[in-house]
Amino acid sequence: MPSYVDPSACTGCKTCMDICPNDLMLTDPDAGKAFNQEPEACWECYSCVKACPHGAVAVRAYADFAPLGGACVPVMSAGFIAWTVRFRNGESKHFRFPVRTTPEGSIKPLRGLPEPGNLDDSLLCTECSLPVPAAVSDEACGDGGPGGRR
Amino acid sequence: MPVLPNNRGSKSIAAAEPDIQEHDVDILLLGGGMGNCGAAVEAARWAAEHAPHLKILLVDRAAVERSGAVAQGLSAINTYLGRNSVEDYVRMVRTDLMQVLREDLVYDLGRHVDDSVHLFEDWGLPCKIRDGDRVLDGMQAKALGKSLRNGDEPVRSGRWQIMINGESFKRIVAEAANKALGRAGIMEHIYIVKLLTDARQDNRIAGAVGFSLRENRIHIFRAGAVVAACGGAVNLYRPRSSGEGMGRAWYPVWNAGTTYAVCAEAGAEMTMMESRFVPVRFKDGYGPVGAWFLLFKAKGVNSAGEDYVVRNQDLLRHWRERGYAGGRVVPSCLRNHLLLQEVREGRGPVYMDTPGALAGAFAGLDREQRRRLEEEAWEDFLDMCVAQAGLWAAMNVKPEEQASEIMPTEPYLLGSHSGCCGLWVSGPDEDWVPEEYKIRADNGKVYNRMSTVNGLFTCADGVGASGHKFSSGSHAEGRIVGKQLVRWCLDHKDHKPMPRETPEELKSLIYRPWRTFVDNRHASTDPAVNPRYISPKNFMLRLNKCMDEYGGGVSTLYACSGASLRAGLKILEMLEEDAEKLAARDLHELMRCWENRHRLRTAYLHLRHLEFRRETRYPGFCYRTDCPEPDDAEWKCFVNSRCDPATGKTVLFRKPCLRLIADE
Repeated sequence: MPSYVDPSACTGCKTCMDICPNDLMLTDPDAGKAFNQEPEACWECYSCVKACPHGAVAVRAYADFAPLGGACVPVMSAGFIAWTVRFRNGESKHFRFPVRTTPEGSIKPLRGLPEPGNLDDSLLCTECSLPVPAAVSDEACGDGGPGGRR
Repeated sequence: MPVLPNNRGSKSIAAAEPDIQEHDVDILLLGGGMGNCGAAVEAARWAAEHAPHLKILLVDRAAVERSGAVAQGLSAINTYLGRNSVEDYVRMVRTDLMQVLREDLVYDLGRHVDDSVHLFEDWGLPCKIRDGDRVLDGMQAKALGKSLRNGDEPVRSGRWQIMINGESFKRIVAEAANKALGRAGIMEHIYIVKLLTDARQDNRIAGAVGFSLRENRIHIFRAGAVVAACGGAVNLYRPRSSGEGMGRAWYPVWNAGTTYAVCAEAGAEMTMMESRFVPVRFKDGYGPVGAWFLLFKAKGVNSAGEDYVVRNQDLLRHWRERGYAGGRVVPSCLRNHLLLQEVREGRGPVYMDTPGALAGAFAGLDREQRRRLEEEAWEDFLDMCVAQAGLWAAMNVKPEEQASEIMPTEPYLLGSHSGCCGLWVSGPDEDWVPEEYKIRADNGKVYNRMSTVNGLFTCADGVGASGHKFSSGSHAEGRIVGKQLVRWCLDHKDHKPMPRETPEELKSLIYRPWRTFVDNRHASTDPAVNPRYISPKNFMLRLNKCMDEYGGGVSTLYACSGASLRAGLKILEMLEEDAEKLAARDLHELMRCWENRHRLRTAYLHLRHLEFRRETRYPGFCYRTDCPEPDDAEWKCFVNSRCDPATGKTVLFRKPCLRLIADE
């Protein structure tokens, strides 16, 4: 489902261009509007749709297999995403799911966790102990089969 | 009015003579997906403690906030051990990967992975919690003070999988990485073209080179330690879609095999490049089936309504008698094998029986509970594959009334899912790890997840012979690497990396496709059809066709033979020659040119490895029609390869596969 841009809502702010993981969204500086430069390479990840501050980016289903008329419209708000799923026959469904339990920008990675210790052991900075497998005997390893042991 | 195509100009940012920017760092992280987001956090923490002077830089082709395989979000974390033992995790992976795996790496991952999941939850990822009969979403769970970290019960969709409200999963993990590295520690919208090796010391990494997707600038990064974690490989094979839907790959369409290509080219030993993954998904939209199969207990049925797993038990028995598919796990490839039997024998289309599953799941539930369950089914798509929800909307599909078709996709190469191609890396520096699985560095020490090239590490999709990491395991593996990077830098304090190539040489190499366009554009009135060069799009289509027809793609139902693989390799030889004539009009096309060179090298390795392994080990993913059975006496081992950077020749060889964890 390639993304497309509604020219009446787009302000050319480049948010979609910054966020697209596949370098697809571009802004025409003269027109001040965005567009998808390669619709057949669009994963339909909705990153641009979700990020657009003006609701100007939407998706039209992949023409080589999807009938016209369906749509999924997300609206992001603090901690939640709301979806409207519109069916070809005019019916619709509405959902609201949590996306984050902490305020945006609040992450302090690893603060309050144990201090890192020895660089030469296998513990990650948050870990205090690690299991190891029961003793591995040469017998258990066998001769390694094809490829042979050194 | 007709306008000459040559006069229409290109849509994208124009290419022009680039300038060069050089960067000196200690630790260079290539790729901003789950793996390197983990590496960033862990390396920053150890560096702060032991080596605050170290300069760490992460380079991403996109914005870390929405890059990599988790960009869109996920509805589940597929590896969370909880009360399961690490040994059982290894046994499950061993069964699924048809017994050829690095048990040291899988065990190591299994003992670290839950720690990353707990960090995600701390950072704000809503993880669903089971509270008696009730399912709490992540927000409700937090409000009630319940969490995975505290030992509360996750909502399991399978033995290893837990359900999350994961639309913003990547944004959360990226924020932690961003905070750890700071603004100066991340550069975005830069495409990495190749790794740089050292001029003064053989088999030693010296950095990487790439170019900006926003301005005409080459970036040369010199670094003592490099992590190449740029995802798996998509669009090697002709996809089932034929138009716009080509973008709707199951794995992210922007994963172009860069990890495998640049590391192999730098001389890193590769392993299991014959391994591929062919997921069964809802047809065309490629929506996830895991929740339907595992959570709603749906059955896959043929056009007569018969369960294909039940119908084809004889096929499964055939493999069980050979020692495969034991225990509770039916390997992913064998499940495909059973489905494909219906297609081969003309009993398709094959459907997911969603009405049957929901009738069962709805039984005894009140209206509100049914609403919640239906919501969960839709969230599964909306969190991680909106396209599938959109397709159901476009086709007026009500899953409770109408079954939906399922289909195995085109093949993908990756190392983190139910596939295991990648680099041959060192296991942990611990006594229980066999010497065969340790790589001794130039100083005689062992650095976990280092490749055979000194100072070059990888994680996530990059580490071979160790699948089933998924998002959480990829992050945990990145963290393993993160600590090793700091250790490596402190052990090599006096080393100053010096790339073999001069900046000017690198600049002319990278911008060559643009030069080719400029020098030859006047040979035709249409830039798309010019006898002197090939566009990246046509190049990819040629690669796709060759791989599909000769390398066991969808058109042969994944069948190939020694003869077809050798025929395919012949075609790739000429494609390799024509790669020198790739042309780019603008920066976007320049990126596509280099992506396709990465795809080509990955595809070449795949065919070479497939040709070398004369058996069928993964039926359902790939069939060798000339040797249709597994051959344990000859092939229960790793197939590895190494490209000699001096000659460009790739040599293949076997390595022993050792069993470290006993059977149950």
